[in-house]
Amino acid sequence: MSSPLSTPGGRKRGRTTNPSTPSSEGPTSPPFQRRRGQDSSTGDLMPMPTSPPTDVLSPAAPLDNSLFSSPRPSVPPNEVDMSSPLMYGTPMRGTPARQRPDLGSVSKAPQVDLQSEPPSADGAVASEANAGQRHRKIFPLSLFIDPSSSEDENTGLDLNEPLYMQKLEEISVVGDPVLNVNCLHVQSFDAELYRQLICYPQEVIPTFDMAVNELFFERFPDSILEYQIQVRPYNALKTRNMRNLNPEDIDQLITISGMVIRTSQLIPEMQEAFFQCQVCAFSTRVEVDRGRIAEPAVCRHCNTTHSLALVHNRSLFSDKQMIKIQESPDDMPAGQTPHTTVVYAHNDLVDKVQPGDRINITGVYRAVPMRANPRQSNVKSVYKTHIDVIHFRKTDEKRLHGLDDAEQKLFTEERVQTLKELAAKPDVYERLASALAPSIYEHEDIKKGILLQLFGGTRKDFSQTGRGNFRADVNILLCGDPGTSKSQLLQYVFNLVPRGQYTSGKGSSAVGLTAYVMKDPETRQLVLQTGALVLSDNGICCIDEFDKMSDSTRSVLHEVMEQQTLSIAKAGIICQLNARTSVLAAANPIESQWNPKKTTIENIQLPHTLLSRFDLIFLMLDPQDEAYDRRLAHHLVSLYYQSEEQLEEEFLDMAMLRDYIAYARTYINPKLSEEASQALIEAYVDMRKIGSGRGMVSAYPRQLESLIRLAEAHSKVRFSEKVETIDVEEAKRLHREALKQSATDPRTGFVDISILTTGMSATARKRREEVAQALKKVIQAKGKTPAMKYHTLLEDLRRQSETAITKEMFDEALRALSDEDYLTVTGKTVRLLA
Amino acid sequence: MFAASQNTPNSGWAAKAVAFFKDRLKEKDAHTWVPSLNDVPLHYLKPNSLVKFRCFIQDMFDPEFYMGTYEAVDPSTKAKVLRCGKYKDVTECGVSTTLEPSTMTAERHTFYCVPIPGESPWVKEISSSGQARVVPSTSYAPTRQKRSYEEDDDDMDTDTQPQKQREPHTGMSELSEPHGNGDCKRREKEAPSSQAASASHLDLNFPLPGEKGPSCLLKVYEEWDGFKLNEAVEVFGILSVSPALSALADEDASSSLLDPAGGMETAEEQRVHSPPASLVPRLHMLHAKPLPHNNPLLPAAGLEDNNSAFLSSTLREMAAVRAELLAYFTHVLLGDALAAEYLILHLVSNVYTRRDVLPLGKFTLNLSGCPAVASFTERFYQIIQQLVPSSYYLGMTLQNMNQMRLVPKKDYVANRLLSGALQLATNTSLFLDESQLEQGQLDTTGVRNVTALGNLISWQKVDYDFSYHQMEFPCNINVLIASEGRSLLPSDCQIHLQSQVAPPDLEAYLGGIQVHPQASQLNKFRMYLSVARQLDYSIADEVTKSVEDDFVDMRKDDPQSISAEDLHRMLVVARLLSLSLGQTSLSRDSWLRAKHVEMLRRSRMEQNKCVNGNEP
Repeated sequence: MSSPLSTPGGRKRGRTTNPSTPSSEGPTSPPFQRRRGQDSSTGDLMPMPTSPPTDVLSPAAPLDNSLFSSPRPSVPPNEVDMSSPLMYGTPMRGTPARQRPDLGSVSKAPQVDLQSEPPSADGAVASEANAGQRHRKIFPLSLFIDPSSSEDENTGLDLNEPLYMQKLEEISVVGDPVLNVNCLHVQSFDAELYRQLICYPQEVIPTFDMAVNELFFERFPDSILEYQIQVRPYNALKTRNMRNLNPEDIDQLITISGMVIRTSQLIPEMQEAFFQCQVCAFSTRVEVDRGRIAEPAVCRHCNTTHSLALVHNRSLFSDKQMIKIQESPDDMPAGQTPHTTVVYAHNDLVDKVQPGDRINITGVYRAVPMRANPRQSNVKSVYKTHIDVIHFRKTDEKRLHGLDDAEQKLFTEERVQTLKELAAKPDVYERLASALAPSIYEHEDIKKGILLQLFGGTRKDFSQTGRGNFRADVNILLCGDPGTSKSQLLQYVFNLVPRGQYTSGKGSSAVGLTAYVMKDPETRQLVLQTGALVLSDNGICCIDEFDKMSDSTRSVLHEVMEQQTLSIAKAGIICQLNARTSVLAAANPIESQWNPKKTTIENIQLPHTLLSRFDLIFLMLDPQDEAYDRRLAHHLVSLYYQSEEQLEEEFLDMAMLRDYIAYARTYINPKLSEEASQALIEAYVDMRKIGSGRGMVSAYPRQLESLIRLAEAHSKVRFSEKVETIDVEEAKRLHREALKQSATDPRTGFVDISILTTGMSATARKRREEVAQALKKVIQAKGKTPAMKYHTLLEDLRRQSETAITKEMFDEALRALSDEDYLTVTGKTVRLLA
Repeated sequence: MFAASQNTPNSGWAAKAVAFFKDRLKEKDAHTWVPSLNDVPLHYLKPNSLVKFRCFIQDMFDPEFYMGTYEAVDPSTKAKVLRCGKYKDVTECGVSTTLEPSTMTAERHTFYCVPIPGESPWVKEISSSGQARVVPSTSYAPTRQKRSYEEDDDDMDTDTQPQKQREPHTGMSELSEPHGNGDCKRREKEAPSSQAASASHLDLNFPLPGEKGPSCLLKVYEEWDGFKLNEAVEVFGILSVSPALSALADEDASSSLLDPAGGMETAEEQRVHSPPASLVPRLHMLHAKPLPHNNPLLPAAGLEDNNSAFLSSTLREMAAVRAELLAYFTHVLLGDALAAEYLILHLVSNVYTRRDVLPLGKFTLNLSGCPAVASFTERFYQIIQQLVPSSYYLGMTLQNMNQMRLVPKKDYVANRLLSGALQLATNTSLFLDESQLEQGQLDTTGVRNVTALGNLISWQKVDYDFSYHQMEFPCNINVLIASEGRSLLPSDCQIHLQSQVAPPDLEAYLGGIQVHPQASQLNKFRMYLSVARQLDYSIADEVTKSVEDDFVDMRKDDPQSISAEDLHRMLVVARLLSLSLGQTSLSRDSWLRAKHVEMLRRSRMEQNKCVNGNEP
């Protein structure tokens, strides 16, 4: 990029005026004639800020076209242009312009295109005639106020002031000469201008550039920018989806979304070649023209043929990068593979995105014929297509920082209306619950629980007070007999939510769930690869066969399920990732069949520390009753013979449910009302009371938090911004229902939360005490014998006791006594202490 | 052939041409005149002629824009010629002709197609024998094939353009005429292998290892949205093997210097997307029809329309054929009639619909208790291969599980979908031989492969690996697991083989099962299995009622022994049982029979449980 002072006159001249000579125009017509006409039509606005003669670093200005781009070196050199009045155009304080390779290489700017465009309607004519008009039009845009603005880009800007003037001000402060213009604003300002922008970006955007620069330097005459402001439009509504691109979009401004899958190395692309004559050291510059440099055959100075040699380090290059983007999975029709598109980024847009980023790009769609070898007679009849990118916008950027869901799914007015109508129905909760996995029969409460899980509670941030985030996600564990369609339910949920992950406890390791560090084979860098839990941030992580998970794997869930973060310290990477995920787990009982005589803990053999982190634990058991069987049979048989349509009618479809949930999650943030908090307090106190009567605790603060979450979720179902008593009632009911199923002490039939929190019911603990006391008595009755045989002791105890004593009970009693330092057990002998 | 029609810029010609071909192909047996890329080696086929190809869409490339119409200017005469680029890969212009910019750009899609994976040898044999459809002839009929060329061409010529086509055509038939029948056949056999050898540097991306055959790049001009990945289609199209295409690929390295746009593609990508035309011909599609099955013994159109005569005659025979097949399977399965019964049910099963995530109609069978001697499972597979149109044998050795690529994976460098063994067409029989599994450690790939198999069985879907995300493709594959004990994979139904043969005689017996029935009988079996799978099925209301009652009663007797899952299975068994007997609705008898069969199976499982202690 370094070129010392050289041919300043020539450069300046080129910049201010001459368009490249299109091949169709005769060499006799002065190429700048046309431009001059145009300039005069724009009158006062004409002078593009251009680089002063001393500037050597900059390539040509956006609209400018050097003479040398013309492949015909016969155009009279220096003299003509030195005398051209146009070189006295108002150069603006030495701010260099910068090439816009994104709009096509300089030399092939408007004119070349005018020619290749279909000569229809307002092609060439409009772009020329309207240039001035358009030019003026952009001024009012500068007064544009966007009261409805909610974009992150506009943070810190006053919404009641002209938006783009504020942005210009920002540019003058920050010094980053890029102005992003939302095309929607242009459209609401002037539909015609918008249309032209979409159809002829190559002409209109440079005009925007001109107008903005002029405005800017008028307002902030003292600011110094590295180079001139470039306008970057985004959010063109032309195309949303890569699949919809078709030949009509060529050379138009489009916006598509997708995911970056590959980025190339930086490619230096020659913009201007520097040739020097070997004989007389005369130098000349040639700009790139449609991807080619025309090497001058004859030195103009000394007329030696083939004496010019390319001097690489005095030629000008610009950065370029090839990026491949792939359709995002949501845009694809089922059963097809995603499409990919090649995107070229130029200059400062290079290296703005990384593989894996989800982005919206705005750019000009191009089709280039496959230029085969010139020696070859046949040309491939296929074009290569790519997009010259003008603007990148990462769609998942917010997700890393913000709390809200990234994809703020846009709902149409009608859709919102239907959703609200649905929400107004009194039985919406039941309706939604029955729409969930209609192929699974009954289990209404479980479906309701899962429904509430899908909606989730309200996020609360207490990080200022040091407590950090409160968990808003509801965790649910399903356990029960094999073959009660638990997996099916999980599979359904996984298919329903946009960011769901499905893993099986058997197949997943701790690493697969959390994150692992691996060496990138290309860059040799360590890369953090995230696992299922991190990937389902803001979604639901379905874990099947929870009981089959290894202990080490399960242990990582402790942090995730309460703190909702994931700490990683390996291979020099120490970080904490967000894992605000709801866990929906399914577990089978250890004996394959649920043993109703045992507690939940005994049945599934999970640590109670983990169990207590589940808000709801449901048992999916086979209810054995005839009426149920009949309904079930009917349901299943009809599943096999009813046609698809018949069933569809009965339930809401999945898309509706999905939209409903997405809408509620995005827009509804219920707060507790006064009555609701009272009701919650009462409920909690009641729960504690139940237990205290029998000397056990039946509720912990964790249960209160669960209740709050469930109540919030329920009010979300109703699209209500306030948690009311009915929400609390339902939360209570559901919570009680789940407890009744899972925390019932099989020996007494009472609900006992300590089964879940400590792993043992209070009665069991009491019985252990009793056995220990009985054993103590037996030993005392024996008098002063320092050591006893294990077996005889067991026999003695059995004889004394009224109830049957198992070996386990005996062992437990021994352990309890040894904890009291009453005795020690060594092998098969029991010794008394002191 | 289209030269004249293409040079007139009539926009309607394309539609007319397609309609013309469609009409012609509707005629009786017309499709048998068209040479097939499956059977005829590429070098026998004439470039730019109509060919057909029975194939499987393995990958979909990005859409491409081509010059729909363009004007070529001859510099010497200044004459402008308007030409059409449709159905062509290369523009027609001389060395110095320049292209006018007044081109119309149009869009077309490219699909990468391979022959149907796992297609049984008998299918290839029968379909290559052309018109001889019912009686499989072992002799290839090249003379006949040649005549069909001629007929084909004559038809075309009278309707469209004669001209230059004559010369190369006659030259070619002369070339092939002198070869005798056997000679030609031998050459045909050799051709693919030599092709494969030369293709070794180029991975043709077949789903199954060891597959051979032509693959092609299918250019689709309209209604490309109708095609799905993994679909089996029969394509009629124009073959293009222009050497210019290969030249383009070869000179990529040099041309990339000159052409900045071309240079951006990696060499890898180039190689995959524009392989030499001699290896991967281009096929410009005129007409395609999805194949509901690839059994050449059945009428291709499917069973619904205008084949009622065929259908009723087969239906009448079905019960008899079933009895024969049952006897045959009983013999194969060491005299176990119950297992044979279940095997038939398995072979006619088909996912007929999906209810949210639940596929209905699948019937994965786990045949446990397979004798570990004398490679019983392999012989057994060979027998199945003789009967079903496409199948694949996957020996679940530790090495296979740890090293094979089962799940297709997107290769972003070459920008293509690397195929895996689970990328199979609808109704392919996947034979998992678990008796090959020995103790050892599964690594990450192994675990992933086993999970993929499990997902395939439970949900009939495969999650393709797109590196940044996974994409779920539903499939419809009949999985049969042969194992010694209970399989580690889930299955819809497990049956333990009870050998009626004394162990000492086993070797000798197994040696004997290989003897095939007669060809005509085999064909009957093949037809039977394909037809039974395609039949429609319904349950009448009164039967529904009795089924429900039955279920309630069974639950009342013993609620532990029968669950919702059992009812699911019984409904499927009843369905398959009815279909296998050629009945299109469930009758009371079939239901009772299904119940009976299930009961026998369950009682056997319980017996077995006592013997085999480690069963859960």
